[in-house]
Amino acid sequence: MKKQNAIPPRTATRLLRTFLRDDLEEEVVGDLKENFEYDLENGTPFRAKLNYWKQVFLYLRPFAIRKLKRTPTYYSTAMYKSYFRTALQNMVKNKLHACINISGLAIGIAVAMIISMWVYDEISYNTQYSNYERIGQVIQNITANGEVDTWSNVPWPLGNEIRQNYGADFRYISMVSHVWPHTITIEKEKYSKTGLFCEPGFYPMFDVTLVKGTFPAKDPSVIMLSESTAKVFFGNRDPIGQVIGMDGQSFQVGAVYKDFPLRSKWSDVFFLGQWAKYSVMSELEKMDDPWRPNGFELYTMLADHADFESASIRIRDARLKKLNPTLAKKKPELFLHPMPDWHLRAEFNDGKKTGGLIQYVWMFAIVGVFVLLMACINFMNLSTARSEKRAKEVGIRKTVGSYRSQLITRFFSESILTVGIALLFALVLTQLLLPVFNRLAEKNMVLPWSNPMLWGGVLIASVVLGVLAGSYPAFYLSSIRPVAVLKGSFRAGKNASVPRKILVVIQFSVSAVMIIGTAAVFLQIQHGKNRPLGYNVNGLVTVSGITKDVHDHYDVIRKTLIENGSIVELTECIAPTTGSWGSSSRIDWNGKDPDLSIDFMVFEASYEYGKTIQWEILQGRDFSRDFPSDSSAVILNEEAAKYLGKKEVVGETLRTRDAEFEIIGVVRNVVFAGPYDPVRPSVYFLSRGELNFMTFRLNPGKPVAESVASIEAVVKPHMKGEPFSYHFIDADQARKFGNEERVSTLAGIFAGLAVFISCLGIFGLSSFVAEQRMKEIGVRKVLGANLSQLWILLSRDFVLLVVISGIVASPIAYVVLEEWLTGYQYRVALPWWLFIAASIGTLAITVLTVSWHVVRAARINPAQTLKSE
Amino acid sequence: MIETRLGDFEETVMLIVGILGEEEAYAFPISKAFEKRTGRAISIGAIHSTLDRLETKGFVRSALTSATSKRGDRRKRIFVITALGKRVLKESMEFKVQLWKEYPAFAGKLGFSE
Repeated sequence: MKKQNAIPPRTATRLLRTFLRDDLEEEVVGDLKENFEYDLENGTPFRAKLNYWKQVFLYLRPFAIRKLKRTPTYYSTAMYKSYFRTALQNMVKNKLHACINISGLAIGIAVAMIISMWVYDEISYNTQYSNYERIGQVIQNITANGEVDTWSNVPWPLGNEIRQNYGADFRYISMVSHVWPHTITIEKEKYSKTGLFCEPGFYPMFDVTLVKGTFPAKDPSVIMLSESTAKVFFGNRDPIGQVIGMDGQSFQVGAVYKDFPLRSKWSDVFFLGQWAKYSVMSELEKMDDPWRPNGFELYTMLADHADFESASIRIRDARLKKLNPTLAKKKPELFLHPMPDWHLRAEFNDGKKTGGLIQYVWMFAIVGVFVLLMACINFMNLSTARSEKRAKEVGIRKTVGSYRSQLITRFFSESILTVGIALLFALVLTQLLLPVFNRLAEKNMVLPWSNPMLWGGVLIASVVLGVLAGSYPAFYLSSIRPVAVLKGSFRAGKNASVPRKILVVIQFSVSAVMIIGTAAVFLQIQHGKNRPLGYNVNGLVTVSGITKDVHDHYDVIRKTLIENGSIVELTECIAPTTGSWGSSSRIDWNGKDPDLSIDFMVFEASYEYGKTIQWEILQGRDFSRDFPSDSSAVILNEEAAKYLGKKEVVGETLRTRDAEFEIIGVVRNVVFAGPYDPVRPSVYFLSRGELNFMTFRLNPGKPVAESVASIEAVVKPHMKGEPFSYHFIDADQARKFGNEERVSTLAGIFAGLAVFISCLGIFGLSSFVAEQRMKEIGVRKVLGANLSQLWILLSRDFVLLVVISGIVASPIAYVVLEEWLTGYQYRVALPWWLFIAASIGTLAITVLTVSWHVVRAARINPAQTLKSE
Repeated sequence: MIETRLGDFEETVMLIVGILGEEEAYAFPISKAFEKRTGRAISIGAIHSTLDRLETKGFVRSALTSATSKRGDRRKRIFVITALGKRVLKESMEFKVQLWKEYPAFAGKLGFSE
């Protein structure tokens, strides 16, 4: 046992050798070994080893540390000039390598820069508010039939309830109406502006700073405008005391506040009205059951001693306590959603935070790091591959009297120069690519050219990257003994290429993962797009802000437009087909399970709704003017019909709103929510009153622009000055894919760049290999090898590496993508061929890249390569 | 002036070198002897560094011995006190004795508060 442990820890000894003066080595190692043996005899092996390490570290004393050979002190600028000049000469001599190094690095750095700007932009969202860390929105988890939904809306009396009974935890509390466009009238001019109504707690909570005037005191009809809005409304006139009309009420401007910061939650809040007024306008006090409808937002700021978790627990049942037993079944649980999470972690599943944008932030940050890493790998690989060539140079330099320290400086200045040039290119590239990226990512980012941080960062980055990438040649090559190299016995060794191969495998694995990922995102989008929507989305135009006058002229408008051929059909409806308006849980039928608590989406429309959107009737019939009884008829979607639990639902009776409705038909599910979300059970009612939207089915035989113009001409006169704005439903539908499509495009670009960088690297390596084996190829040719044999010979190594990469990448990509897809209810199944195809694709690109040099090398006349010896 | 050239620790190390003699006076046994006599732990590196300093000052000299199999065929550096070193040690001791003699309390009246 003693024998086994008699050898002191090798790593420690190795460490000692790295810094110890050469002439001390023998005695010190001897002494430490003796000490170690002494310790072994007097204690446990562990203690002996520990003490050995300690002794090694305690040798870190000035006298014992090896000194770099001091160069005579004639450091001068001339010396550095010469370093950089020879570095430049080297680049010119090896144009291909220099190009690959610089372009690869430049692309890598540019990608990393753009991504870090994007990441910064996303994580700095909302941070402009000084109470960022302390603000929380009160939201609720609702349980219905075992499923938990998270709603950000709460009933309006909750604000007062929290203030009175749970106030100790909060410093400020404010109910807030939704940020919604309102039509504002000023001396007959009409404007559409978004804004909100809030309680006074809102002002200090969100840093509302006044430019003019004072915060409203008693009069509820005092309103505040943002600085930019006041400018638009009143120009240079004093806005204070001016009267504006909005939503049929008149308001008095009491103050002007500084616009909310861009890139923040309230950036499009252009006026602040008072909750007291809103409450009167919306007749909140007259609600028969104010604790039931969830239509408002509640924001709070924590008191100094409070924290989100304990405050969330305390307010949890604040709503539940106020509900009647039927509604209490839904067990609303209130909790606080902290401001830092609003933008980044706003997705909930089953009542738990599942993430949100933060996932994309992480994803792209990782991609950026990898792309940069791949560029650095190229740089390192090419310099190690060339090391044998450079070794001769080192030998000669040493022979004529170069110091090691000088050689180290030389290699470092060379790599720092390369990185520096690459960085400049990267800056230019970033500047050129930013507009494209901004358009794709819907951002507005600029390079902060005048910011010293940028230039400091560039300087630091070039030194750090340069030192990292140049450390191998600097330290390894400079240590070579000149005799060995010049005699020709120096070989990098068999294992020298192993780390290089590992790095290539890493590069191609990352590339393959990115390719597979991009393809999967694309497939998922296609899957969503190919989903049957249940209606014909093309050629539908919807106009919002329908007034009573338009409603009253419904028949005339319809007749005129159909007769002039602009449209085929039109309908008035409560929401466009791409959205929903409201839901109701108070729908009953005979035989309904009393424990069943289900929210039905409720739609209201005119008779022609079905014909306009062209839905598909599965059972029964559509609404029809021929049946006078249809005013008390409803149509269900498939999903809703399932809940009735009967095979034949047509003819059944639904009870809601204290009235009875006869089910006259069942339609195929109309996908109105997100393209990947399940369709909720929906009920369609006929409405005689005015509704918010009018939807038109354009005549396919007529140019779209003409039809829209004629719709405007017919409808606008009835709008009473309301702004006429229209949407194409297919465009709205397409916009729902925005997030995924953005990710898909960006991921595609980054994957492309990653592949490009990897190929650059392998291109450089193959040129090196071809050059190195030139003589071998010559001899083989002389002995009768043909082109294809040589091609296989030289490509084999690379192909093997790429195949390994494919094998490494597939399971990683599979796990990552499965995780990503669990976020979608309507998701694609990952096809097995995707992985194979991606691997084969990478392989094909590699073979093409490598072949360039291989074929060139294989075609050289052997006489040329062999004549020199 | 000579005293300032020899610190207390240096003096102790030199004395131990003298005690251990020509067979044993190298860094490892010196550190062990130091530990035994003072009860303080000391690293070999610290001893080595002091010896190195003493050698520069010319108080000790050193030579590598022939290899022994005990330490894996590595030679060890044996330190020997030089003539100058001996003189310095002696002077240091005499100087201190002189000081003690001049100290009035030395003759048994050790009362510091007086």
